[in-house]
Amino acid sequence: MTTVETATGPAKTMVLNMGPQHPSTHGVLRVALELDGETVVKADPDLGYLHTGIEKSCQDKTYSQAITLTDRMDYLNPLGNNLVYCLAVEQLLGLEVPKQAQYIRVMMVELQRISSHLVWLGTHAIDMGAMSVFLYCFREREEILKIFERFAGQRMMTSYIRIGGVAVEPPAGWREMIGKFLKMMPSRVDEYEALLTENRIWQARLKGVGKISLDDAIAYSMSGPTLRAAGLAHDNRKAFPYSSYEEFNFVVPTRTDSDCYGRYMLRVAEIRESLKIVKQAMDKITDSGPIRTEAPGIVPPQREKMKTEMEALIYHFKIFTEGFSPPPGDAYVAIESPRGELGCYIASDGSPKPLRCHFRTPSYVNLQSLPLLIQGQLIADVIACIGTIDIVLGDVDR
Amino acid sequence: MSESGGQNATSVIVEKLRGWNAKAVSEVIEFHGETTVVVPRELLRETAEYCRSQLEFNYLSDATSVDRFPVEPRFELSYHLVSIPKKLKIRLRTRVSGADPTVDSMVPVWPGAGWLEREIFDLMGIRFNGHPDLRRILLPADWEGHPLRRDYPTEGFRDVPSTYIPAFKKQ
Repeated sequence: MTTVETATGPAKTMVLNMGPQHPSTHGVLRVALELDGETVVKADPDLGYLHTGIEKSCQDKTYSQAITLTDRMDYLNPLGNNLVYCLAVEQLLGLEVPKQAQYIRVMMVELQRISSHLVWLGTHAIDMGAMSVFLYCFREREEILKIFERFAGQRMMTSYIRIGGVAVEPPAGWREMIGKFLKMMPSRVDEYEALLTENRIWQARLKGVGKISLDDAIAYSMSGPTLRAAGLAHDNRKAFPYSSYEEFNFVVPTRTDSDCYGRYMLRVAEIRESLKIVKQAMDKITDSGPIRTEAPGIVPPQREKMKTEMEALIYHFKIFTEGFSPPPGDAYVAIESPRGELGCYIASDGSPKPLRCHFRTPSYVNLQSLPLLIQGQLIADVIACIGTIDIVLGDVDR
Repeated sequence: MSESGGQNATSVIVEKLRGWNAKAVSEVIEFHGETTVVVPRELLRETAEYCRSQLEFNYLSDATSVDRFPVEPRFELSYHLVSIPKKLKIRLRTRVSGADPTVDSMVPVWPGAGWLEREIFDLMGIRFNGHPDLRRILLPADWEGHPLRRDYPTEGFRDVPSTYIPAFKKQ
């Protein structure tokens, strides 16, 4: 506790714990706030409540087994987690993935981005007191989860993207399903905007709150919508394209206001861009074409081959019992997750299990600048700031 | 992964580093399109400062470490730098012995290193000189040991005392 100068003379500050069960923290995050009245003097986030040691567990599993663990980090972006892990292993192996699989990956990851932004928008609106937006957002998210269920058999923990391609062929009738969603979605985004963008309460709660300068945002390694709302068009999909993103036509929206309102506008714009990418990916995906690369001993053979060819059966057995051994070396791959730069670093010592598997998660690094964002703000604004950084605590704590 | 022009551009970077201080580059590793510059531990912060101020590596993407126990020096510390204006990536690496696992902190160069280094300290037990706030971050403050070290078992390290005993077990 320290003494601060106020208009009525010196006063003592008080320390208030926000969380770990506070609903606005979207999980279990505790922020110790030092307050002067209602104004934040200092803040110290306390994390680790959801730490499950995923990086340590990965070291005890073969490369293909660890995919299921990655689903559980950022539970709003499991496909993105699958993708970054598989890209890192593929880079380690020097494996090329067929175009068809790359386009399917892009389509799925962009659908995931839309669903993640919808959850963000809904929960953030509820934090700010707008109940109905939450229900609308979850209604549309449900459609995306149904698509995932048809593709992967799972709504959330998909494990759909595998080393060397994707798990299974797109299901029958997938074009109609996604086509219907793409047709419906733009008008729904208009609906959210009609509810929020010009809403006076929404603007009063978000405009001018949680500002950060571009220099600070870069210095504190912020990424994703928070960095782009500060005015820098840095997006890994454009700067370091992966999975054939260079073939897609989309813009990276930026804002210059760098406050909570700017981040809201930016995410809405990103939903619209993602819809465009999904459309383009659908056009690029053909009805036939390999969804997995041919790499005996690394990528499981097709079911049919496994049942008819001796060699394929042996490889299948070996992949699922002892796994495969990449050459000694390391790889760091970063993708643009809905929250920012999601990176995966894998070091191999030539054995079938990773020597080290590290995830650079955007929520963790972005949360670091929370004390900077909320310094001098009111307690009510802290909720807005935590919301617009868009943290997922499973992603922070791993 | 990296674009075709990337390889030439990173070799220019390595040459510039050599030109600035030949001792700073003790090894260059090229592996599947990524460039790693191995820097002696004493020169790490100076090299990082040079990369940021002179070579436009303005963004620290990630910091992580590897434990190669029982090989000595067992720890490998990697900083993944990104130059946003030049669209380039490079990895700075230094090797640290198990007997004296200390390195100069990167926080004065990139403030964003703060939590990344705290995570390394917490899980791997490497200490950072000059770090303003070197505390555990993911594990409780009274945790013993550093779980990501190779000599720390994944399970069975010690019994976790349970404070909750189900009613049907009480006798």
